[in-house]
Amino acid sequence: MGQPNPTPAQVAARTAPRPVERRVDEQVTGAESIVKSLEAVGVDTVFGIPGGAILPTYDPLMDSQKLRHILVRHEQGGGHAASGYAHATGRVGVTMATSGPGATNLVTPLADANMDSIPMVAITGQVAAPAIGTDAFQEADIVGITMPITKHSYLVTDPAEIPRTIAEAFHIASTGRPGPVLVDIAKSAMQAQTTFSWPQQPALPGYHPVTKPHAKQIREAAKLLATARRPVLYVGGGAVRSGAAAELRRLVDVSGAAVVTTLMARGAVPDSHPQHLGMPGMHGTVPAVAALQKADLIVALGARFDDRVTGKLSSFAPHAAVVHADIDPAEIGKNRAVDVPIVGDLREVIGDLVPALEAEHAKVGRPDVEAWWHQIDTWRETYPLGYTSTDDGHLAPQSVISRLGELAGPDAIYVAGVGQHQMWASQFIRYERPNTWINSGGLGTMGYSVPAAMGAKAGAPDREVWAIDGDGCFQMTNQELATCAINDIPIKVALINNSSLGMVRQWQTLFYNERYSNTDLHTGHGTARIPDFVKLAEAYGCVGIRVEHPGEVDAAIKKAQEINDRPVVVDFTVSRDAMVWPMVAAGVSNDDIQYARGISPAWERED
Amino acid sequence: MSRHTLSVLVEDKPGVLTRVAGLFARRAFNIQSLAVGPTEHAEISRITVVVDVEDHPLEQVTKQLNKLVHVIKIVELDPESSVQRELLLVKVKADQATRSGVLEVVELFRAKVVDVVPDTVVIEATGTGSKLEALLTALEPYGIREIVKSGTLAVGRGSRSITDRALERVRSA
Repeated sequence: MGQPNPTPAQVAARTAPRPVERRVDEQVTGAESIVKSLEAVGVDTVFGIPGGAILPTYDPLMDSQKLRHILVRHEQGGGHAASGYAHATGRVGVTMATSGPGATNLVTPLADANMDSIPMVAITGQVAAPAIGTDAFQEADIVGITMPITKHSYLVTDPAEIPRTIAEAFHIASTGRPGPVLVDIAKSAMQAQTTFSWPQQPALPGYHPVTKPHAKQIREAAKLLATARRPVLYVGGGAVRSGAAAELRRLVDVSGAAVVTTLMARGAVPDSHPQHLGMPGMHGTVPAVAALQKADLIVALGARFDDRVTGKLSSFAPHAAVVHADIDPAEIGKNRAVDVPIVGDLREVIGDLVPALEAEHAKVGRPDVEAWWHQIDTWRETYPLGYTSTDDGHLAPQSVISRLGELAGPDAIYVAGVGQHQMWASQFIRYERPNTWINSGGLGTMGYSVPAAMGAKAGAPDREVWAIDGDGCFQMTNQELATCAINDIPIKVALINNSSLGMVRQWQTLFYNERYSNTDLHTGHGTARIPDFVKLAEAYGCVGIRVEHPGEVDAAIKKAQEINDRPVVVDFTVSRDAMVWPMVAAGVSNDDIQYARGISPAWERED
Repeated sequence: MSRHTLSVLVEDKPGVLTRVAGLFARRAFNIQSLAVGPTEHAEISRITVVVDVEDHPLEQVTKQLNKLVHVIKIVELDPESSVQRELLLVKVKADQATRSGVLEVVELFRAKVVDVVPDTVVIEATGTGSKLEALLTALEPYGIREIVKSGTLAVGRGSRSITDRALERVRSA
């Protein structure tokens, strides 16, 4: 395709020339080589915790002027912090741990980062090379354990390999479809003398991510988009990862299509945009779910037709032709057959698609989407996102989260755990720009919020960072509040405390006859409050605030906003009977979405 | 289900076979046979995998394999335009009374005897899977003591080499 103007990615590449690096060859220990390599690759923050096998590296780390090491309380916290840092900054998050249990505690954050395509490098110590394979003290085959959940991994026993390996790890983590890379380094390699050589050229003959889309496919996509009568742009997390928000905004405006943003893409398109229908999927808005079901064209942009979006796959969007753009060719056609596959970086894909679409419009005119918008507007009027007030006198969790979003505004960063509070935070906060919404989407890792918020705040200290957490999630990783308090990382935690594992409880209400097996956590009003979250916050050197009545919500949020010298935990004790709606039950068709319990839209009348 | 033979060129790095085999298991793809060995280039190993899958999952197999950093290239070898062979070593009872019968079978299948003791012989044979099956059926009545079989090896017919371009990549990286 004739491309008169360079793509934004090309411009960015041109205007940000690499600084000319002076060739360095120094005699050092392997441990020093690790620290120097991390410095040279541009790392500024490492979240980690030392132990026997990584100990040699912590000695030169203490002297580094460029690396800020934040001592976490648990390796899982370090891993999620690296993830939160990567989310908030777009740079590679780094975590460090020792061998054996230190490394195995990283398994969950690595799996989480792998599912959500987060650029992350984990450096782990391994037992000395001669001891590998002998079941030595604190030995675990972490490369073997994490093979299915990392983008790539290395075991380094030769200290000379350290600089190249670290250079490659960062290259792999941050290019193509981003992901976690594990670098496991034997203690003996850290202790040996070696040469630190920099810069390093990655030697990766089998690694060639395609970023530039095929012009013919772009033209085909433009043709479909120029003639579709019921088009939907289905935007996924890839749009955030590639930094394509500006290009995407152009595409939304030029195409006139409806747009939905998945859980991983909230903020990629402003919620205030009139063509934005919100989130699709299991707890998506009725208009978003319905638009996909009734679409004649779906343009998937960095989304992967996850089961939480499609519902029963065979009945998903039965009338739609599909254009699927993704940097990972394996995602294209994996779940849903595709009419126009486009492999490439979304920023380049959309950058090329916009002028191609304008050219099509010039040729064939703009598509008639008036009827489509009329139908969508009917859905929007009939089934707006909402909630009912509680009837037990306790706070409605949705109202708390709504108010938080209004008071903290679109420039704050919101980091959720997993469960009901996560869905409400996705639904009821208005996101206006990317990298303001951070959560564990693919793996659904309870306990993600506090450490990820810590990482986000460490990476973006000038932003207001709110962890929106549940009482179940919070009890999995709240030890990182100590890290936050000691290291001047003043995150704010909005604890949506319904005294139970709320999402599980919701399913027990709906599908298990209200038999609440093992979901009561005893942390709310009228319980023993074990633990008492206000006291717990205070024990960690944080400010603890309890909110039980609607009248106290705003004041508590404002008070938390004024405290910036330590973390704040606001314990909002809310009704446990609130449920997340709308809902498509697992394994059923999106056509059977329930707007609220027992209320399903009547599609036939509207068709 | 249909049978596909994939030649996977990989960097000769520790753990690469685990990565490939693990991927098949993880994505629930069934491996029929697998053979790995060096190529004419020291930097490259070649894995020949035979899988039973439909076309759509096969596309997923190759795409997922391509995501492995150490995988350089994947080529599907069509049985019509490639030579595919397995190696069989089989230990068969053969005493004075039966040895000539066994040797006749060996002769018919162009196999050879590579070890002889008074009561058994070890036979070496190469060929397609079906030829080796037939050989085993013919030997069955004499009493088979032990069977060892390699995975399928496959190479395309004609003068083209699939390793040449892969090598360029390795050398230029």
